[in-house]
Order: sequence, then structure tokens, then C-alpha cells
Amino acid sequence: MTAPPDIARPTKPQETFVLNVGPQHPAAHGVLRIKMTMDGEFVTRAEPILGYIHRMHEKMGENRTWAQFLPNTGRIDYLSALHYNHAFVGVVERALRIEVPPRAEFIRVITSELNRISSHLVWWSAFLIDLGGMTPLLYAFDDREKLLDLLEGVTGSRLTYCYFRFGGLCNDIDDSFIAGARAFVAQMRPRLKLYRDLVTDNIILRKRLEGIGPISAEMCRKYGATGPVLRGSGVAYDVRRAEPYSVYPELAFEIPTYPAGDSMARYLVHMAEMEQSLRIIAQALDKLPAGPVMGKVPRVLRLPPGDYCFAVEAARGRFMVRVVSDNKDIPYRVKLRTPSFSNLSLYEEASRGMILPDVLALLGSLDLVIPDIDR
Amino acid sequence: MSILTTEPVRLLLSLVCIMAFVGLNAAYLVLAERKGAGRFQRRPGPNEAGYGGWLQPVADVAKLLSKQLIVPPGTDSLLFRLAPLMVLSPAMMCLAVVPFSETLVARNINVGLLMVFSFGSIGVMAIMLSGWASRNKFAIISAARVVSQNVAYEIPMLLVVITLLMMTGTMDLNQIVRQQAGGFWHWNFFKVGANPLMPVTFVIFFICMLAETNRAPFDMAEAESELVAGAFTEYAGMGFGVFFMAEYANIVLGCSLATVLFFGGWQSPFGLWPGLLWFLLKLYALIFTVIWVRWTFPRTQFYGLLNLSWKILIPISLFTLLLSSAMLKIFHS
Amino acid sequence: MKASILEVPRGFWSLLVGMRVTLTQFFKPVVTVPYPRKTLPIPARYRGHIELTVDPATGRPLCTACKLCERACPSDCILVDGVKLEGEKKKSVTEYKLDFTKCSLCGACVEVCPCDAIRFSKDYNLASTSKADYNFDLVERLKAGRKQP
Repeated sequence: MTAPPDIARPTKPQETFVLNVGPQHPAAHGVLRIKMTMDGEFVTRAEPILGYIHRMHEKMGENRTWAQFLPNTGRIDYLSALHYNHAFVGVVERALRIEVPPRAEFIRVITSELNRISSHLVWWSAFLIDLGGMTPLLYAFDDREKLLDLLEGVTGSRLTYCYFRFGGLCNDIDDSFIAGARAFVAQMRPRLKLYRDLVTDNIILRKRLEGIGPISAEMCRKYGATGPVLRGSGVAYDVRRAEPYSVYPELAFEIPTYPAGDSMARYLVHMAEMEQSLRIIAQALDKLPAGPVMGKVPRVLRLPPGDYCFAVEAARGRFMVRVVSDNKDIPYRVKLRTPSFSNLSLYEEASRGMILPDVLALLGSLDLVIPDIDR
Repeated sequence: MSILTTEPVRLLLSLVCIMAFVGLNAAYLVLAERKGAGRFQRRPGPNEAGYGGWLQPVADVAKLLSKQLIVPPGTDSLLFRLAPLMVLSPAMMCLAVVPFSETLVARNINVGLLMVFSFGSIGVMAIMLSGWASRNKFAIISAARVVSQNVAYEIPMLLVVITLLMMTGTMDLNQIVRQQAGGFWHWNFFKVGANPLMPVTFVIFFICMLAETNRAPFDMAEAESELVAGAFTEYAGMGFGVFFMAEYANIVLGCSLATVLFFGGWQSPFGLWPGLLWFLLKLYALIFTVIWVRWTFPRTQFYGLLNLSWKILIPISLFTLLLSSAMLKIFHS
Repeated sequence: MKASILEVPRGFWSLLVGMRVTLTQFFKPVVTVPYPRKTLPIPARYRGHIELTVDPATGRPLCTACKLCERACPSDCILVDGVKLEGEKKKSVTEYKLDFTKCSLCGACVEVCPCDAIRFSKDYNLASTSKADYNFDLVERLKAGRKQP
């Protein structure tokens, strides 16, 4: 590989030019604008400029009742909407000490993990299109159609789910969902092997990703990066184990961690997480108890004054909702700590001195969803 | 009948046929690629224009012809207009020496192979001209990359062809095909008696052919247009269409060459009824493989591409050359 | 040195494995459903826009214009009004306007309704060229629906 610019001889401003990436992309990133200052081939500074899809969810939280905010949660990160649903209902349940029946908790876990697989399949497809391989998109979306049909049969929506309710779920699952989920798990494992044969083990892909975009654990800690970015740098931090919620303590799964810190490590973390999700779904389907899916919830929702938070391991990292209540039926403040925002913030430092295609590969490997950043 | 067999008329007819062949192939290979891509991706491909999509190339050509041929101000107007011509003509010229069957060859010269490679290099120059004449800094960077890619991959290709030449002893393409008569075990691909690494030489030739024609996984020049404009940005309408046609014409040329050199050209696999049909079958099987490779792999990095050529393909092809010459010396002197 | 030499045949083999994968997929049937020539069945719980339900005994809408759905809606899409007819305990709905341009299909209205008067429809062919077409008048739609068998 060629050498990065000589840091002993800093580039004079007139030797650099500014290349604007976005906000419209041919690549599937979303409306993110990155102002790259380039010294020839090398990027000296990549400054992300946000706000093109700022929809003021947090402000909407201050104008809607607790129940009316639920559809918003599905739209913050539409690819892993159920996790975000879970965080918000979790924070209200924690504040009001609502008991969620075990059946509802298990169904929440099953549908959330299905959603995680769906989100990772989209990430995988988009990342590979960035790198030039168009075919895996179609294979991944074939699997995703089965997933989306399963979830549509239960929730009624294909993407922006609004399925969880305070105290449980909107409606119960039926036998066709359970049979469908089992069938999906059975057919997905050979598909993951197919993806490994076609893409992961491919020498061209390995050359594109190994050693590209190294992010150290220290940089992750500094910027608060979580999720596959952090686990691809060797830190085994997963909210499902660090701050256990729902029925995850009863389920056996591993936290895939790769120490290399390069794009390949983040890629492998994503693929391994899909396998672990399949494992969780299979266990949860076996352990699924009978019973109601809705607990006892007060008629009028009014949280006691104070500060409450709830964190989940969304597909992209740690998503936390923090609400401040002042004893009214609408929140005083809803703070959404989204994983993509923190993951993007290390982009500027991580991309210094890299050539342009590598910088784009790094951006893809961070698994960003721009509406998640801008909210 | 007699006037048709006189030399000038025969030559004219065969050249017209070659141009028609290239034109039809360029148009319908685009469709074949899109349909093939669809099938690899388990979707139908274009199927709306005409029954099953067979009129799609007509629609594409009509669209391209209806666009205004913009020549941007500040470009070198002669070179800008010349580049599309120069990129398509070498492919057509080289096909004049390729033997489609024992008698169907436009002009069978005894240095046919040499002619193909000399004219093939003109295509590279045309891309450089198009990038340079565009007066667009991204176009010229892209064009420079294409040139360095093509130069890097010409070397292993030529080394491999020299290896083959040592075995065949002649540059006359029709003669090379005649040497592969008999069953398929006589084809050059299987002649491990002369050089045990013969299949490897074919693989190297194939990879170099993909890189020369800027096909995936080596299509940095075209695909750079995700972000930075490719070498052909400033071309609109049919100008761009001609570059596209030239790419497919080059693929046809490269695959015909591979068929002739390695797979016995118009010879049949079992020695029965040799002729045009076998040539076309093998040609399209190779073109199918080119399409197959494109839709399977992601793109290489530019530095990975150059590393592959200089650090891997050239040492291997040099080694096969040495091996071939050593075996010739030892076993056939 | 040895690792990088061994990488060449291993890398080449990985390419061939990948090519075999795509070739096997080549011979499998097409996944795409040629919509609109063929359509897929809509699941029972599909969330189309809401529609009024009728009481099978009387044939009149069950809605009593209690306005709970209007209050529950996060996006202020619903406008309900009703009058109390002679000899009835509850109101009957006279007007039910849904502004579908703002509806997010959250289901709050369906869930909060005490008499199951609204439900999700299965209507998804809603393309139109004017925004006004999306201000649904559900009472009118119900009447129009009744005329069709």
C-alpha cells in the first residue's frame, strides 16, 4: 500500500481541495454530508455535517402523551424499530413498576432478534454494494422478505413497527408465527453458510477490508462508540449482558468479539451476531410460556416525577431512552441516546490519512443509519 | 457465385459481416448481461420491452440516439470526437484475423496473433484520449488509472501468449486452431504434456482479459463514478453508447482469442463436424463466464489490482514461460 | 513469505467457491413476483387505513362518536362527530374524517375504541395524484362499500 502523507511536512491549505460527499449518495447511506479535505488521494479531514433529516423526535416527545410517542420510536431507526420500541416501553414500565408477563417478554425477545437479523442483512447488502458486489443484496433481501412476512403477520407492519405496548404487546402471536419462525431459523443457518462462502471468505473482500480503517478500543471509549464497532475492537460490551433487561439473563448466547479493530473485524462481528440471534430465537421459542401478553397498567399514565432511563442493545449499539417526568401525562423531556451518533463521531479521527475508497469502506462498516443520528 | 469468391468482394463482405457481428453482439450482450445478472440474482431481468425483454436493446439504442451529443466547451474538440471512434475500431479490426471456422476468416495473415495484440493497445490510448480531452480533473485521474491498469495487465497476457507460442510455433491463428484437431484432449488447455501449468496459463489469460476490458472485478474506472466521475463523464448519448459497445466488442474479441488459443476454436470436442457452431458455442460459454464473474465478486481496490498483476501474475507467468521453454528443450529438442 | 505464497491458491479457491454459489443460484427459480400481474395474499393483521365496522344485526356503524380515538391519535388525524338519535342511549356517528396524509398506522385509535368500531382495512392500492384524495370520509366510504356486494 502507498504511504500516507508525511505528517512532518503538513499540507499547505492551497495544496488541498474539498470534496463534498453527499447528502445525496449513490451508495445507500442516507442523507449524510461529509466534507472531505483531500491532499491528492488522501483524506486529511472528513467532517460529517448532520441535520438533513432532523425530524425533532425529542421535541415531539414533549408534546405527546406517553402512549402517543410510541409510533415515533419505530421511526428513529427504522431498521431495528422493535428495539427502540422496547427501550421506550421499558422506561415507562420501569418508572411505573409495571409487571410484564413472561410470555410477552419472550415474544419481545423473539421479535427483537428477528429484527436484528433483518437490520444486519440490510447493512450487509448496502456495505457490499459500496464495495461493488451487487448480487448479495438480492440474496439477503430474499431472506429478509421471509422475515418481514413473519413480522407482518404478527405486527401488521413491514418496517416501522409499533408493536410493543406498556405492560406487554399489542396482540398475541399465533401458531403460524411460531412455525414460521422455526422454519426461518432452520433455513437461515445454511444461508449464512452460503454468505460465508460467497462473500466472507472471498479473497477480494478480505483484501478490501483487512487492515482498513483501524479503530482502537481507546478511540471507541473516547467517543462512546458501542455495538459492532466496539466489539470489533476487542471490547466485549453488550447491553444485554452489561445492563440485563427482559429475559436475556435466561438465554444462553455469546458476545462475538474480534480484537483486530479493522473493517473486517466489524464485518465478522455482524455476521456472528446474526448466528447468535438465531440461537436466541431458537431458545426463546422452546422456552415460550403460555399466558397473557398484557400486564396490569394504570388507566391514566402519569409517571412519578423524576428521571428514568432504559438501555437496550439495538442492532447498531446501545440505545438509551431517558425521560424526565414532572407528574403530567406528557413527558417533560425525552432524551434519545442513539448509537449511530456516537459511532459517527469517531469517523473524523479514524479516517485521517486514508485514501478515498478506504474511507468509504470505513463509513460503510460503521453501520450508520442517518435518521438515527439526526433523530 | 463466382463474383462472390473474388478477393475484394469476399473481403468486403466479411468486413461488413464482422461489423454487423460486433454491432449485434454489443447490443444483445448488454441484454444478455442484464438477463444473466437477473438470473444470478434470482430475478427476471428486463422483461417488459418486447416479449421477454428481447426489444430492450432497441429501446436502449433509441434512447441513446435521441440524446443530444454535447461537446463541452474547453475540450479538445478533435480528440473528444475521435476517442469513441478509436476505442471501437481496434476490436473490429482484430476480429478480421480471428478464424470463425476453417474458411470463415476475413484475412488470414500469418502474424495474426501479433496483429491482435498490437491493435489491442490502441483501445487503451483511446480511453486516455477521452479522459484527457474531457478537461475534467476526475476524468483524467480515472483515465490515468485505466491506462496503468491496462499496461500492468498486458505484460502477463503477453508472457502467457509467448508461452503458448513456444508450443504452437506459429502466429497464424487458423493454423493454431488446426493444430488442435482431434478430440478435446488435443486442445491447448489440456496439453499438459507440453507444459504442466497449461490450465494456469489459461486462468492468467482470462484474468488479464477481464482487466484489459475493464470488467468487474477490475472495473475501477467505471465504478469510481460512485463518487468521482469516470473517464467517460463528459460523453452524452451515443458517444457514451459507443464506449459501452466498445467494452462488449473487446469482450467478444478477448473471448474469441481465448477460444482460438486454448479451446480449439472451431474444432469440435470429439472430432466430428467442426465448424462455426462450435466456435460460437465456446465463445458464448466464455462470455457467460465473464458475466458470471462480474456478478459474483466485489470490486478490487486499485492498489490490490496492481499488486495482483505485478506481484502475482507476472512471477507466475514468467515461471510458466521458463517451465515451457525448459520442457521444450528437454523433451522436444 | 510462505503465508503470502500459500494465499494465492487459497484465494483462488475461494473465488471458485463463490462462483459455484452463484451458479447454483442461477438455476433456482426466480423469487420476484411479477406484480401487478400476480399479487400476494395480504396477512390478516395488515395495517391499511382504518375503516368503520358495522353491527351485523342492524347494519349501522358501531361508532358512538365518543371521541376517544380523536384524543388518542398522536398526529391529530381524526375528526369525529355524532348526534344522539331518538330513543337511543348512545350517539350515532355522522361524520368521521381521517386525514391519511398524517396517519402513521400506529393503531392507537383501533385499540382505544371501546366498541370495536374501527379496524384496519386491507386497502393498499392508494396511489393518487392529488393530496385531497387522502382526506378520507369514512362514513361515505362505508356507505359506498355497502352498495357493493
